[in-house]
Amino acid sequence: MKTNKAAAYPYLLWLILFTAIPMLIVFYYAFTNEAGQFTLVNFKDMAEYSVVFFNSFRLAVISTVVCLIIGYPMAYAMSRLGKKGRTAAMILIMVPMWMNFLLRTYAWLTILENNGLLNAFLSAVHLPELHIINTPVAVGIGMIYNYLPFMILPVYNSLERMDHSLIEAARDMGCNSRQVFTKVIFPLSIPGTVSGIIMVFIPAVSTFVISKILGGGASILIGDLIEMQFLGGTYDANMGAAISLVMMVIIALFTLITNRIDRDSEEGSVLLS
Amino acid sequence: MKKKGSMLSKVYMALVFIFMYAPIVLLIIFSFNNSKSRAVWHGFTLKWYRSLIHNDTIIHALEVTLAVSILAAVIATILGTLAALGIFAMKRRPRQLMMGANNIPMMNPDIIFGVSLMLMFIFMAHSMHLQAFRLGFLTLLLAHITFNTPYVILSVMPRLRQMDQKQYEAARDLGASNIQAFRYVVLPQIKSGIITGLILSFTMSIDDVVVSYFTSGPTTETLGVIIFGMTRKRISPEINALCTIMFVVVLLLLLLINLRELRDNGEEFEQ
Repeated sequence: MKTNKAAAYPYLLWLILFTAIPMLIVFYYAFTNEAGQFTLVNFKDMAEYSVVFFNSFRLAVISTVVCLIIGYPMAYAMSRLGKKGRTAAMILIMVPMWMNFLLRTYAWLTILENNGLLNAFLSAVHLPELHIINTPVAVGIGMIYNYLPFMILPVYNSLERMDHSLIEAARDMGCNSRQVFTKVIFPLSIPGTVSGIIMVFIPAVSTFVISKILGGGASILIGDLIEMQFLGGTYDANMGAAISLVMMVIIALFTLITNRIDRDSEEGSVLLS
Repeated sequence: MKKKGSMLSKVYMALVFIFMYAPIVLLIIFSFNNSKSRAVWHGFTLKWYRSLIHNDTIIHALEVTLAVSILAAVIATILGTLAALGIFAMKRRPRQLMMGANNIPMMNPDIIFGVSLMLMFIFMAHSMHLQAFRLGFLTLLLAHITFNTPYVILSVMPRLRQMDQKQYEAARDLGASNIQAFRYVVLPQIKSGIITGLILSFTMSIDDVVVSYFTSGPTTETLGVIIFGMTRKRISPEINALCTIMFVVVLLLLLLINLRELRDNGEEFEQ
């Protein structure tokens, strides 16, 4: 078919104007001071925030791991269902995702706050009350809750697409259930697992909304730091741009390393065959 | 062995779904609570829904949100469909390059996306004195179009690939003009992808908080931005009422999409 490739030029221009140039401006701000002179002072001054970087990274990694622990078996169970059950389960996973994520996070505030539903329940059954709200634990719960579907869906997709005759073959060859899982099913689901990990980690390491609502300003993350430089009390666009740049580097490195696992596993499976 | 495993996995799935839905259900229940308490039930009321309708800030934000979502969805759908047609016509290398570039706005975290656009708009408004780019409705709209378009391309592209290329050529051979061939042969086959892209764009625009937070002006705040502001101050059950309404709207939209897809699938079976 001869469609005209010129039809894509408006979008190409759009990408340059509203994606490429804004990125270049972030670079420019990160390496200059208020007067527009070249400087590295923004990166040097960032050292005082190293605790924030560490906490953010740790919380994002923990949330990603918990999402994997909860999400993988879920995706596996879903992929074992019949056709109707699979469709229904998919819709059930998607529906909360289509609800405003702010509202979903806010829902957890009403559960976890000191006079919230969790403590109302605990005191009703005469158990000591918990003080979770405004701690990193609350922020972690918010992340896991919001991003769990991002883990389940790609893992499910890779499990569902799997060639089931491979499992039968492995069983015929004398593999027990555990061996079938570790030698056949899990290796084949690595691409989906890797994209799940990336899709949970990126929003988790960059959020400021969840930490604002559930962390109550007590546990500041990188996202909060960036937001503060632009719209908070301390306006410093140059510092904000520099932190954004570092966050992009963290994400790029994480994605690269995680994708590496995927490639290594593929090479490994080639070697095996 | 399979029976035992499936019983266990059903219990597990139920637990995960309870985890996913319990907060939403609680939120909805307490939107009808006759008290400001979000933990103790004081009887049924609709007063939060009534006061919500009389809240000018929320109504104005709703208007802004709907306006930007509809405009952004329509423009992104046109831009994205054209782009998909163009990219499809490209050779392998430039095509891969374009699809890679198309991924950048999707992989970038919202906050970076919002901040980078905000910096550019501020630069244009202050250093280049382009008043049109002061943070307001236009900047908000441009940002929304930018994050919607990649998804339109991703939903139209597979339809183009599935299409039988020879049909278009046959139409041209039989004397159809380029436009006629597109109108009567190509368009009907990619229509479902275009509509999916449109609905996806619309719901993503409605749902957005972070990008709007950075690119909207003080008089053009969207619903998401307003709610974010409210959650940081004293929280009123009006938000619960608002959530409930939005949840029902989203549910209806989702139902609409799924019914459409079911119908489309049905048509495919009939053929």
